Amino acid sequence: MPRLCVVCKEERASVKRPKTGEQLCRNCFYHVFEIEVHCTITDNKLFKSGDRVAIAASGGKVLAHIMKTLNDRYNYGLDLFLLSVDEGITGYRDDSLETVKRNQQQYNLPLKIVSYGELYGWTMDEIVKEVGLKNNCTFCGVFRRQALDRGAVMLNTDHIVTGHNADDIAETVLMNILRGDIARLERCTEICTTGDGRIRRSKPFKYAYEKEIVMYAYFKKLDYFSTECVYSPNSYRGHARTFLKDLEAIRPSAIIGEAFQIKQEVKLPTQGVCSRCGYMSSNELCKACVLLEGLNRGLPRLGIGKTNRLRKIHGEMPENTATMLHFSQLQIDGENGKSESDEGKKRR
Amino acid sequence: MSLKVSLSFNGGMELLFNNVKQKTVEIPASINNSNPTTMKDLIRWIRDNLLKERPELFVSGETVRPGILVLINDADWELEGELKYEIKDADDIVFISTLHGG
Repeated sequence: MPRLCVVCKEERASVKRPKTGEQLCRNCFYHVFEIEVHCTITDNKLFKSGDRVAIAASGGKVLAHIMKTLNDRYNYGLDLFLLSVDEGITGYRDDSLETVKRNQQQYNLPLKIVSYGELYGWTMDEIVKEVGLKNNCTFCGVFRRQALDRGAVMLNTDHIVTGHNADDIAETVLMNILRGDIARLERCTEICTTGDGRIRRSKPFKYAYEKEIVMYAYFKKLDYFSTECVYSPNSYRGHARTFLKDLEAIRPSAIIGEAFQIKQEVKLPTQGVCSRCGYMSSNELCKACVLLEGLNRGLPRLGIGKTNRLRKIHGEMPENTATMLHFSQLQIDGENGKSESDEGKKRR
Repeated sequence: MSLKVSLSFNGGMELLFNNVKQKTVEIPASINNSNPTTMKDLIRWIRDNLLKERPELFVSGETVRPGILVLINDADWELEGELKYEIKDADDIVFISTLHGG
């Protein structure tokens, strides 16, 4: 006796929702999933008509599909772009980028790919050769974040949406608690962050379970690429994820949280701007610049271990060391010749 | 008596199976004495007969590792009795890992 969908009471149920335990057929599942993301977007006023929005599309095929669908159906009036990062990981991202290129044709959205090789002069393959498999995910995470912001500037967009879901956020919360990183603990649960006011970042899937996103992609036969990153098995996040999946198996609501608020009297680091590259930073130099300096000086631990101690031993950065392009000097695609520094100032 | 079952491995799980994403296998109709073969039996059978490496990334105790989604004939296995589900001939079973990325 097949179980029937609790909503339409006609079709065979295909999904048990982790959030509610409801049993839904495919069509009713699509409907509630899309409506919930739509409500997340409208309740939190994530966009306004005319916004130029970059969809961080490295792994988020479902996000691209949903953004396109909702934008068309509910007339958000957004200009959508696909933004992908090429970390330079042989056998991992090159397959995924092929998928993104197919998505571009399916959804008919402009695609921008920014690569670590171009931005930083180092691919992840080269970085792993230099630093090994212990802290490589730190480099990748720090570099990806900034790469997306740089890509968004080049696309002349003011908003990035990422595919972070409830599971991802729960992992990040756990990692920030274990690291004692109060400032990030508060920020990581926010649905929209503005950084230093340059580019907004939001998470339309904040309340969506990974299980539902994967099921949605599977049933809709979305061109979905997902494979374990060849360099990530040792990552801190991997352990947090395994732990949370174990918790979820016992009590699915362990994944969903709201937000943390830190008491006002707690002193948090103030956000400023990196003196070297102009990216937002709560220190004089942003993490990406310190990591990059370490790579370029053959001191890969400079940004991982005790930076000040290493500086005492090896001195300050020699003047001829390569650095990344200053944020204010990024060129907007297709507007060659026009002065971009004005654009950079305006954004800041 | 044997059962023909179609197995699929997605979301990176194929890496544990020599990069094979889809495979039709024949398994005994009763692996465990005279009882009908269940998902629990099938998971153990896969581990013992198909898995090429790192069994801890596929099984945890007698079930699949948390974070691996299972579909039985395109329905969430949580609706089908999970480990107790009795395998039928021509069943279509899909495993999807959600454990990737760093």
